[in-house]
Amino acid sequence: MSRTGSGHIRIAAPARGRDDGSMWERTTSAPPTPEPEAGYRWPERRRGLSRWARGPRTSGPLRRQPASGLAGGVAAGAAARTGLDVTLVRAVFVVTAVFSGFGAAAYVLAWLLVPAAGQDASIGAKAFTDRRGLTLTAGVCSLIIVLLLIASAVGAPWLTTVSWPLVITAGALVLIWRNAPAEERAVLQRLADPLLGIAGGSSRRRIVARVLIAAVLLIVGLSVLLSGHHDFAAARQLGGLALVIAAILLVLGPWWLRIARDLVVERQARIRAEERADIAARVHDSVLQTLALIQRRASDPQQVVQLARAQERELRSWLFDGRAPGSLDGPGMTLAAGIRLIQQEVEAQHGVPVEAITVGDCDLDEDLAALLAAAREATVNAAKWSGAATVSLFAEAEPAEVAVYVRDRGKGFDPAAVPGDRKGLTESVHARMARRGGSAVVRSAPGEGTEVSLRMPRDATQRQPGRA
Amino acid sequence: MTGGQAPAGRPRVVIVDDHGLFRSGVRSELGSHVDVIGEADDVAPAITLIGGTEPDVVLLDVHLPGGGGQLVITAIRAAHPQVRFLALSASDAPEDVIAVIRAGARGYVTKTISGPDLVDAIRRVAAGDSVFSPMLAGFVLDAFAASAAPDRPALDPELDQLTPREREVLRLIARGYTYKEIARELYISSKTVETHVSSVLRKLQLSTRHQLTRWATERRLA
Repeated sequence: MSRTGSGHIRIAAPARGRDDGSMWERTTSAPPTPEPEAGYRWPERRRGLSRWARGPRTSGPLRRQPASGLAGGVAAGAAARTGLDVTLVRAVFVVTAVFSGFGAAAYVLAWLLVPAAGQDASIGAKAFTDRRGLTLTAGVCSLIIVLLLIASAVGAPWLTTVSWPLVITAGALVLIWRNAPAEERAVLQRLADPLLGIAGGSSRRRIVARVLIAAVLLIVGLSVLLSGHHDFAAARQLGGLALVIAAILLVLGPWWLRIARDLVVERQARIRAEERADIAARVHDSVLQTLALIQRRASDPQQVVQLARAQERELRSWLFDGRAPGSLDGPGMTLAAGIRLIQQEVEAQHGVPVEAITVGDCDLDEDLAALLAAAREATVNAAKWSGAATVSLFAEAEPAEVAVYVRDRGKGFDPAAVPGDRKGLTESVHARMARRGGSAVVRSAPGEGTEVSLRMPRDATQRQPGRA
Repeated sequence: MTGGQAPAGRPRVVIVDDHGLFRSGVRSELGSHVDVIGEADDVAPAITLIGGTEPDVVLLDVHLPGGGGQLVITAIRAAHPQVRFLALSASDAPEDVIAVIRAGARGYVTKTISGPDLVDAIRRVAAGDSVFSPMLAGFVLDAFAASAAPDRPALDPELDQLTPREREVLRLIARGYTYKEIARELYISSKTVETHVSSVLRKLQLSTRHQLTRWATERRLA
C-alpha cells in the first residue's frame, strides 16, 4: 500500500517540483482538484480520500522534508507522517538531545538514512560507497572514543552519558557532510558557521573568544581532575594517564595523521583542478581564439601581425600585471579606454569594423564595468550575427548616468518573436544590467538592424577625471 | 545655409590627396556619379587648380605634405566662397578635424566610407548641406560639453552652447543614425535635421572660444 499511496499523492499535487513540503501540506489540508490526465486513477483516488478523512496523517514511508525543515527536515517529515505538530516533534528532539544526546544521534541518523521526499536513495546509500568518507568517520569516531575513555579515566562520569550518541552524531555528520547534495550541505554549513567562525578566524575578537573558551575548559578540567584527589595520588594517576594516552597515540596517531593528510591532499587537488579549469577557459577565450584567427587569415600578413601583437599585449598584462584577459576593470581603466578595448577586441576577433565614439569620460567602478561587459556582449553579438558591415558603438558619460548604444544595420529580428540565439543576448544583457540598477533596451525589426541601449546611473559623488 | 544653389546634374569635384593610389581609388569608386575635373597632391597645386576650375566640391585630405588641409580652405574661401569642402581623414585625430571644420569645411568623413555613402556626402555638400560623420558628431558633443563646464561661463551663449535639440541630433548621428532615421526618431523633417546640423557647424566655425581647439589638443594628450 505504501507505494501506491505515495504515487497517488504525487499525482494529487502535480508540478510542485522539489517543494515537497508544501505538497504534503496541501494533501493534508484539502483534497486536491482532479487532474484530467490522472482521470484513470479515479477509483484509487477515492480510496485515498477516504484514508485522509480519518485524520491529517499521511501514508507511505517516512520521508525527510529539507525544503520545510530547519536542518535536515527530519522533524518536518516525522510530523507529516505522524500527524503531530512539527514544533512538538522538534521539542522532543531538542530535549532528548540536551539530556542524553539521544535526540541528536537519532536526528542525525535519520538525516543520514531516511531519503528526502521525492528521492529514492538516502544519503547513507551514497555514503557507504565513499571509502575515504568511511575512513574519515572511523578516524573521527575513534578519536572521540579515545577522548571519552580518557575523560572517564580522569573522573568525569557525566560525559559518559552522552558518549555513544556523541560518537554516532559525529560519525553520521561526517558522512552527511561528504555525501549530501549541495543544498543540504549549504544548510549544514550555515548551521556550523558560528562554530567554524570561532575556530577558523584570526581576527582579534575571535582569538579572544577562543582563549576564553580554552581557559574555561582548562579550569573545569583541572577542578574535575583534582576535586576527588586531594593527596599526591593524583600525580601518580596523571602519570598513568599520560602513559595510556601515549600508547593510544602511538597506535592510532599515524593513522589519524594520514587521514588528515589525505584530506589536505584532496583539498589541494580540488583547488588545482579548479585553477586549471580557469586557466583553460581564459586561454581558450584569448590565445586559442587568436591562433585560430591567425590560421584563417594567413594570407593577410598585416592582420596576422596585428592579431599577434594584440594577443602578446594581452598575455603579458595577464602574466605580469595580473589583469585577466579581456577584463575591463583594473587600475587606471576608464570608460573611453574600455570602449576602445571592446572596439579592438571585436575588430580583431570578428573582422567587423567597429566605429567607437566616446563623449566624456570617467573612471570605472563595478557598475560601469558591468555596463561595459554588457556592451561588449552586445557588440560581439552584432558583429557575429547581424551580418552588418560595421557596428556603431557610442558611449556618453553624463553627470547622472552613463549610456552606451550598440547599433548595427544588419538583418535585425522581431523582438516579439525572438529566436533562440538573440534571446540569449537579450536576457543575459538585461539580467546583467538589472542586477546593478541599470537598464537595457533592445530595439530591432527584421531588415532594419538592431540597437541595444544600455544605461547605468552614476554615483553622484564620482568626479570626472582629466578635465581641466 | 545657402541651400538654393544646388547644381543641376553631376557635381564637379576636385580630389586633393597626396596618395596617388587613394586618388585613383576614390575616382573609380565615384564612377560616373560625379564629374571629377582634377586632382592635386599638395597645398600649392591644389590652390592653383581650385582657383582655376572653381569646382562644386573639393574632397580634401586633412593631412598634406605642405601643411594641413585648412591652408587650402583659408586660401580659397576669400576669393571663391561658392567652393565647398568635404574633409577626408584617415586619422580621426580630433585637432585635425576641428581645424578643417573651423577653417570652413562643410563636412567631414573618414576614409573608410563606402563609395555610395561618399557620393551621397558629396551631393549633400554640393547642395549646401553639411555632412557629419558619427565621429565628428562625437567630437563636437565632447568639445561643447567640455567648454560648457561650469567653471568656464560661456562668453556668447548663442555660439558657445548647443541647444538640447542639437545635442539630441548629434547624439543620434554618433549612434549611427542617418538624417532620415533621425527625422523619424524625433518626429521632425529631414530638412529640420539638416538645419540643426548646419547650425551646429556654424557654431563650430564661428565660436570665438579657443577652448574648442585647445580641447582637441587636450584630448590628444589624454
